Amino acid sequence: MDFKRITLLAGHYGSGKTNIAVNLAMLLRQTRMRVAIADLDIVNPYFRTKDSQYSLEQAGIRFICSEYANSNVDIPALPQTLYAVTDDRELTCVLDIGGDDRGALALGRLAPAIAEENDFEMLFVVNFYRPLTQTPQDALDVMREIEAAGHLPFTGVVNNSNLGDETTPETVLRTAQRTAELCALSGLPLVFTSVHRPLLPALEGKLPNLIGLDLQAKIR
Amino acid sequence: MADKVLMKGNEAIAEAAILAGCRHYFGYPITPQTEIAAYMAKRMPKIGGTFLQAESEIAAINMVYGCASAGKRAMTSSSSPGVSLKGEGISYMAGSDLPGLIVNVQRGGPGLGGIQPSQSDYFQSTRGGGHGDYHLIVLAPASVQEMADMTVKGFDLADKYRMPVMLLADGTMGQMMEPVSLDLSVSEAPEKPWATTGTKLARKHNIINSLSLVPEELERLNNERYAKYDLVKKNEVLYEEFLTDDAEICIVAFGIAARVSKNAVVTARKNGVKVGLIRPITLWPFPEEVIRKAADHVRRFISVELSMGQMIEDVRLAVNGKAPVELCYRVGGMIPTPDQVLDAIENGGAKE
Repeated sequence: MDFKRITLLAGHYGSGKTNIAVNLAMLLRQTRMRVAIADLDIVNPYFRTKDSQYSLEQAGIRFICSEYANSNVDIPALPQTLYAVTDDRELTCVLDIGGDDRGALALGRLAPAIAEENDFEMLFVVNFYRPLTQTPQDALDVMREIEAAGHLPFTGVVNNSNLGDETTPETVLRTAQRTAELCALSGLPLVFTSVHRPLLPALEGKLPNLIGLDLQAKIR
Repeated sequence: MADKVLMKGNEAIAEAAILAGCRHYFGYPITPQTEIAAYMAKRMPKIGGTFLQAESEIAAINMVYGCASAGKRAMTSSSSPGVSLKGEGISYMAGSDLPGLIVNVQRGGPGLGGIQPSQSDYFQSTRGGGHGDYHLIVLAPASVQEMADMTVKGFDLADKYRMPVMLLADGTMGQMMEPVSLDLSVSEAPEKPWATTGTKLARKHNIINSLSLVPEELERLNNERYAKYDLVKKNEVLYEEFLTDDAEICIVAFGIAARVSKNAVVTARKNGVKVGLIRPITLWPFPEEVIRKAADHVRRFISVELSMGQMIEDVRLAVNGKAPVELCYRVGGMIPTPDQVLDAIENGGAKE
């Protein structure tokens, strides 16, 4: 899989954006020297990339995140170092955008510079087992709301459908059709399907562009 | 059967409320329960319901009062400091014999406290919380599935007994995601001949009120209400027992503390310790009978709580001096680890 300089992950909250962002940064770091992950979430005070800061920095990934993340100070704030994402064009960046349209609002600040450079991929992460994005049409509605709030168009879809611990290969396969419908409705390609790594062998060959995810354990 | 969905506890409450026929939600945002309001804001307009972000928690609970008076299933949700603000309105609902669901996704306190989980509103919830003699039925779910199930049950119980019901969760339960089946057993709300739905010139006025200035009358109302509470105590106690049959040590824990404790019990059993768990699902009425009976063979009880020790008082009342009751706890947003509970099982918890 080929990735642009900036990969943005957005979608309905709870769709798995943060976990994918962390895994993707790790994946990119295998082939690129200078990789950063930036946390743009201004909505949710829990489940942040900050939980993975230690393992990310151990892997040599630059960590860009508000000082207030995971501090329990529940205020929406962005880090000043965020401008490295657009200023430093040698840096490969993964951007973890907050959930829904409200979460994507913070993206508006960077959107003009990202669009002007035009070396980005903005991925819509969907889990069809989330209650408010169970149908392709519902997912498309969320997609449009995020684009309107974030001022950046999506360029592709990521299928991250899962039922947590109860996910089986069949759970994932059953969403292939809905993913195809979402792609048709939006005119966007399916960029990859992400699954918990232990499920990879059973799905290999049945779905294109699979990525295995490690779950992020909180390390303080 | 329909597919399961992956939900946060807060979302499960909101969707289950809608499935239970609740079309009227009044709230005010506070972490860690804001997803309930956010979910309702998205869903209610699509199904002809009302989502209203009130100007305060006090306004929201009084909107629930008004809506319940009109015979509709209504709810509000908040977290600890916000529930304190609702206290007056909850007391008025109890005093007016109004059904309704109040959700408390607890956070650490007192005061503004923090945004991490807690169970330190046990006293507030089980003793009424506001002024006057009254009780709430208090339901304590321990999984996202139970968040949904208990929400439906809460509306049913509220209507059955004409009293407010509290769903007492905590920040962990609200934020965690688990697969949920939304094939819930939902019953229709019963007829409410007492509701203020308009006389249509065919009946006398219904009056919903908690003001009663004649002391003899107010005493009678209180006695009647407590006769009703006796029925609730007799009929509605819920609990789960886990490996208690031969237990010499018995943990009592609810909600997230019970989940942690269950892990510790499994490990301790592997180590050959005869330990079991009683998980109260209704905190009021409290499952005192099962604990009283367990005290015949249990040599030591441990109350595991995310508080400085509140439920332990009810455990002690039920045990009634037959065995020591120890406390294993964390507070301030911290959660006991299975290892800490295991240590309390094998080496004793904090003693008094």
